[in-house]
Amino acid sequence: MGIKETALAGTLESSDIQITLSEGSGINIDLDSSVEALYGDQIKKVITDTLNKYGITDAKVKAVDKGALDCVVKARTMAVAQRALGTTEEPNWEVL
Amino acid sequence: MKNNVGREIPDEILNEKGYKTFKSVDIGNPEKQRVAPKVSVSTGDNKVVDSIEDVVKNNVKDGMTISFHHHFREGDFVFNKVMDIIINLGIKDLTLAPSSLTNVMNDKVVEAIKAGTITNITSSGMRGSLGEAVSHGLLKNPVIFRSHGNRARSIEEGEIKIDVAFLGVPNADRLGNANGMNGDAAFGSLGYALMDANYANKVVLLTDNLVDYPNTPASIKQTQVDYVVKVDQVGDPDRIGTGATRFTKNPKDLKIAKMVNDVIIHSPYFKQGFSFQTGSGGAALAVARFLRQSMIDNDIKASFALGGITKPIVDLLEEGLVNKVMDVQDFDKGAAGSMKSNKNQQEIDASWYADPDNKGAMVDQLDVSILSALEIDTDFNVNVMTGSNGVIRGAVGGHQDAATSKMTIISAPLTRGRIATVVPKVSTVVTPGDSIDVLVTEVGIAVNPKRKDLVEAFKQVPGLPLVSIDELQKRAEKIVGKPEEIQYTDRTVALVEYRDGTLVDAIKEIKD
Amino acid sequence: MEERLRRTMMFVPGNNSGMVKDAGVYGADSIMFDLEDSVSMDQKDAARILVYEALQTQDYGNAELVVRVNGIDSPFFRSDVFAMVKAGIQVIRLPKVESAQMMKDLVSTIEEAEKKFGIKVGTTHVMAAIESARGVMKCLEIAESSDRMIGLALSAEDYTTDMKTHRYPDGAELEFARNMILHASRAAGIAAFDTVFTNMNDIEGFNHETEHIHQLGFDGKSLVNPRQIDLVNKVFEPTKKEIENALDVEAAIEEAQAKGSGVISMNGQMVDRPVVLRAQRVIRLAKASHLINEEGEYIEE
Repeated sequence: MGIKETALAGTLESSDIQITLSEGSGINIDLDSSVEALYGDQIKKVITDTLNKYGITDAKVKAVDKGALDCVVKARTMAVAQRALGTTEEPNWEVL
Repeated sequence: MKNNVGREIPDEILNEKGYKTFKSVDIGNPEKQRVAPKVSVSTGDNKVVDSIEDVVKNNVKDGMTISFHHHFREGDFVFNKVMDIIINLGIKDLTLAPSSLTNVMNDKVVEAIKAGTITNITSSGMRGSLGEAVSHGLLKNPVIFRSHGNRARSIEEGEIKIDVAFLGVPNADRLGNANGMNGDAAFGSLGYALMDANYANKVVLLTDNLVDYPNTPASIKQTQVDYVVKVDQVGDPDRIGTGATRFTKNPKDLKIAKMVNDVIIHSPYFKQGFSFQTGSGGAALAVARFLRQSMIDNDIKASFALGGITKPIVDLLEEGLVNKVMDVQDFDKGAAGSMKSNKNQQEIDASWYADPDNKGAMVDQLDVSILSALEIDTDFNVNVMTGSNGVIRGAVGGHQDAATSKMTIISAPLTRGRIATVVPKVSTVVTPGDSIDVLVTEVGIAVNPKRKDLVEAFKQVPGLPLVSIDELQKRAEKIVGKPEEIQYTDRTVALVEYRDGTLVDAIKEIKD
Repeated sequence: MEERLRRTMMFVPGNNSGMVKDAGVYGADSIMFDLEDSVSMDQKDAARILVYEALQTQDYGNAELVVRVNGIDSPFFRSDVFAMVKAGIQVIRLPKVESAQMMKDLVSTIEEAEKKFGIKVGTTHVMAAIESARGVMKCLEIAESSDRMIGLALSAEDYTTDMKTHRYPDGAELEFARNMILHASRAAGIAAFDTVFTNMNDIEGFNHETEHIHQLGFDGKSLVNPRQIDLVNKVFEPTKKEIENALDVEAAIEEAQAKGSGVISMNGQMVDRPVVLRAQRVIRLAKASHLINEEGEYIEE
């Protein structure tokens, strides 16, 4: 499944990650992170797994990471997924 | 071969360079031979010249060792000016042996390496683009990192033989009497440069402020100086030292600082006439403020504060809470400015400060030191040299030296962003765990189990959150996750000496 | 209601990942994650999810965990409550409460969520923020609105605006509200929290206000900055005389229990229940301030 609209969540502050979703085919993640060498694969895995839980399998992902922990990566991915699907105030409780 | 902190030192390095591996933080009482510089006798009444180029042409030859100091820090104009001339003259194969390298020098050093001008470097540290370049193999020969005390030792024992020292000063007279205290580019103590002035074969002063002869107080003396070069400006006053030191408002820094202070005042060393050294970071400055209140509350005065000096330390001196400030460098304008007006702020050279092979260095008399860490491992080994990605981005500074104190406290947050500070193994050992006594993080205090006396003393203190360093490491890992391992090649790009000149670690090239 | 110390309730902006991450290290008795005023309208969803994930994964030690949800009339209220209940929050703080009915509506939404997520009904506690003249006048009914209530909190910014005044250094404009909230809380057997003090540079003013509300009898204070925690705890530290008296009371209780006697007596006088309760609170405070150890032994300086 793809997304309904381009969406963005998160900030560029320290300990946060800003994620943009736009239309694409397959999950393609462009990650910019100060800890890429140490946690790049892990961050991408969290993003991909979380998107899949929302049924999103086709999207271009731009992620600018400022040292976010996994729980923040997950939270921002969930927020951007809900926004891209237009479901922010009817959260998918099964995913949460 | 593995050394005594478990680090693999390549055999070819040991064989080729005649190095010994690190054994112990205990220096013992060996007998050492010092060296003396060549003297080009002068009886004239003027050493002032206008052309740096002429001085370089007549004195710097292929294969020589040249040196600079870093007292101008990020406001330095001298290094780039001199290096430009040396590069343009096509001089090759130099060893660069500054007291340290600041960010303003990075691009010039990279340029000089690429031009073949510089082929060897020894320094306290390096950062930014230079650290990146060296970590990725730009320089053929490994950089040698030495602490400030070890540099003094190496110069005195002839391991670093400086042919020409280019020393920027904010004032000098026509024969070379100079100090760091007066002039637009004043920076206070000349501590590190005094070694070069004393031991280099040729000493070239560069100044933008020629004053009447004889210039006093003379930290560098006419007996040591070969040339005085008049230049337009030696440094940018606004970038030499930070302005007024701002007291940190970061609640985590404050919490750590308060805990550090709790450790100090509940230790057996907090008594009349104790001594201490703090760093220059926000948390270290906050410690000074908490310590001030504790000293007032308990009516305790310190005999001296040591090392790199900041305004809050000078304030303690002026308040009478510290009797003497033993000053090897000044980190801010307040500290730099007070040296000339306060006779109890004593300029000391790097040897007096911290040379281990001495008839007594100040650090040996130090009760408490508060130091920082990029990483600390469960053996208490500290890394202040490489980032978590393995890239060189720091300096030994006085870390190994001040860790000689009777109680060395590492003050550091458990994690920085997603980077753990407390790790299973540091990426580079700079200061061996045997000289580290206490680690203070915002979530708990770990005492080196070798210090049973401190463990016992702190157990009696209600509210001190004592934990094991293994617990702290696990807690950090739980927060940030387990990182991937950094990939290195087999090539050694830098060596870290312990203060006695043995090898404590070898830094490898980053694999791309 | 469970008896615990609630000297400090620290506000944490719900969409600030750095502050959410570090909220546990400062030793606040309660941590209050905010989804309301500190979060802009277009970030309500993101803050809700961030706090939700943090509650699932981060270690906040022994702190009581509270979330301030968006107002009951806002479009975010229901999702906020559902997400926080699912995350296992201990207390939901409702802003701008003016009637018992508002608390009852909150509780019924919570109950719905508890049932939906298979959480034992009644697990999630609630508290009310009093921010208006009407709220103050209805304090008692609000305090007694539900068994889930743990406390009332004064929110002075909105309240003083409603009262056509503003905050003054001496706090006279808050005196009535403070006393109403305190009396209602005490009558209902729940906690009373004083309002925030926002000028971080006025340490003297902060200490003065904290001493005042301590004297009145508040459990503690809402805080905007971790630096204020130590200051509040210092004010709430019992005196040596109070501790020694409390320890004597405790010894008398133990003696009575050992004798199997229902009557506690000290120096030939019977000890009343209020004295026992006060002694227990003093001992809790003394332990939290590390003035006595866990065994109740006085720690000599």
